[in-house]
Amino acid sequence: MQNIKEKEQEIVREFELFDDWMDKYNYIIDLGKSLPPVDKDFKNEKYLIKGCQARVWLHAHYMDGKVFYSADSDALITKGIIALLIRVLSGQKATDIVQSDMSFIDEIGLREHLSQTRSNGLSNMIKQMKLYALAFEKQNKKQ
Amino acid sequence: MGLKEELRKSFPILGRKVNNRPLVYLDNAATTQKPAEVIDRISRYYREENSNIHRGAHFLSNMATEAYEKARNSIQSFINAGSPAEIIFTRGTTESINLVAHSFAEKYLKKGDEVVISEMEHHSNIVPWQIVCERHKARLRIIPLTASGELDLDEFGNMLGKKTKIIAVTHVSNALGTVNPVREITGIAHKLDIPVLIDGAQATPHMKVDVREIDCDFYCFSGHKMYGPMGTGVLYGKEEWLREMPPYQSGGEMIKEVSFEKTTFNELPFKFEAGTPNVADVLGLEAAATFITELGYKEIASHEDALLEYAKEKLAGIDKLRLIASPREQSSVISFIFEDIHPYDTGILLDKMGIAVRTGHHCAQPLMDHLGVPGTVRASFAIYNTMEEADILVNALIKIREMLA
Repeated sequence: MQNIKEKEQEIVREFELFDDWMDKYNYIIDLGKSLPPVDKDFKNEKYLIKGCQARVWLHAHYMDGKVFYSADSDALITKGIIALLIRVLSGQKATDIVQSDMSFIDEIGLREHLSQTRSNGLSNMIKQMKLYALAFEKQNKKQ
Repeated sequence: MGLKEELRKSFPILGRKVNNRPLVYLDNAATTQKPAEVIDRISRYYREENSNIHRGAHFLSNMATEAYEKARNSIQSFINAGSPAEIIFTRGTTESINLVAHSFAEKYLKKGDEVVISEMEHHSNIVPWQIVCERHKARLRIIPLTASGELDLDEFGNMLGKKTKIIAVTHVSNALGTVNPVREITGIAHKLDIPVLIDGAQATPHMKVDVREIDCDFYCFSGHKMYGPMGTGVLYGKEEWLREMPPYQSGGEMIKEVSFEKTTFNELPFKFEAGTPNVADVLGLEAAATFITELGYKEIASHEDALLEYAKEKLAGIDKLRLIASPREQSSVISFIFEDIHPYDTGILLDKMGIAVRTGHHCAQPLMDHLGVPGTVRASFAIYNTMEEADILVNALIKIREMLA
């Protein structure tokens, strides 16, 4: 399986194919549409990420030292962005997730195309994903 | 169409591009763009007149003082106030409301009293009242809305009584564009001797405001929403109230005599203007009022109403697009949602197409709760917007529908 950096580079190459940001958004929207649905047990207040304009639900589980995410949002573009994050981080080792810098977001120019509040929302999503990884890692060490 | 190219040209920013497309600025309810007259006035003040006012007995200080007080007279006649003493310059509507809420409450609000606001208020006409009610153990009461997005005046009448100390309602809803019957509201309130504050932030850009005709006790508005500079605002208050109310902030300018034992306060309007005022921008505000007066509210209203009707009709024709609220009287604001698309998605794609609108709760979360939506997309018009821009918005929305459906 590809590591985080390899996955990030793959996305950067895909985005290079589009000249126009409308096309990039079209792609993000398609990714959002193809994100597997989240179990409805996880679509509640407990799994809601604070500080996003759209509602985002994030759930994670831990298996053999690796973290697997599932997420949903009521906004499609947000969902597409989460799909990118999940593609990069899901199935990776908790330690690697905690240490990842997610620099592909800046490389594809996504952050500069989001307003300040939306960019904060994106940071909150990444933070929440890393917090899950950190918690699983700690739990693992205790056992 | 009545709109001259020249008018657009006097707004320098309208010529720029965003995201490689000509700017279509439809976020005027958040703030309007500024004409050259306003920008130049501010610049001229700093180039030729800058000096601190009301104190130094020298040439420039006298010049700046005169200009500042002339601006006060201009604003007085702009809203037809009875005297310049009734015009307090503030940082904006929010500060105007805070001034009244805190100062009025300190003197008149007691335990068990009531303050009445409405369900369609902007947060800035909710939170200050919430805070003073909590501080003075008073109760905040809310005028509900009807299904069409208007104030329920029957309910309003029923909730007034001996405990009601003040009523604060908006003239025009920032999220829906509903124009409230403010004259009727003051009429009902004054039968019981209850003073009324009107939040006019969304009214002064679009319609003639005559505070004596409305007969409100307080009227608050902002400069930046009416082609003027940011950081300027006005509080109109009837002299009989302002005279009785205690100062809100203190320091220089607002005093008559100071010793360590006792300070006597200056007369109106200076009692409420502590510190060095924002002279340059107040002169910019005066220029904005002159700009509006010279254009004429008749011209402004006929252009904006035609634009609103045109855009509403076109938007209503888009598949699964729902216009939020249909008040009898509406001013320059259209709020809408796609039934199956989040306003966030719509907003971000409109931005990519060079169209500036506002998405979200518009600082009116209780209203969004009432409407049962997470937020709306709001397009709001000003005198410089065109039918072509309405078409660009409509075509962009049709494209977004195709992308997201």
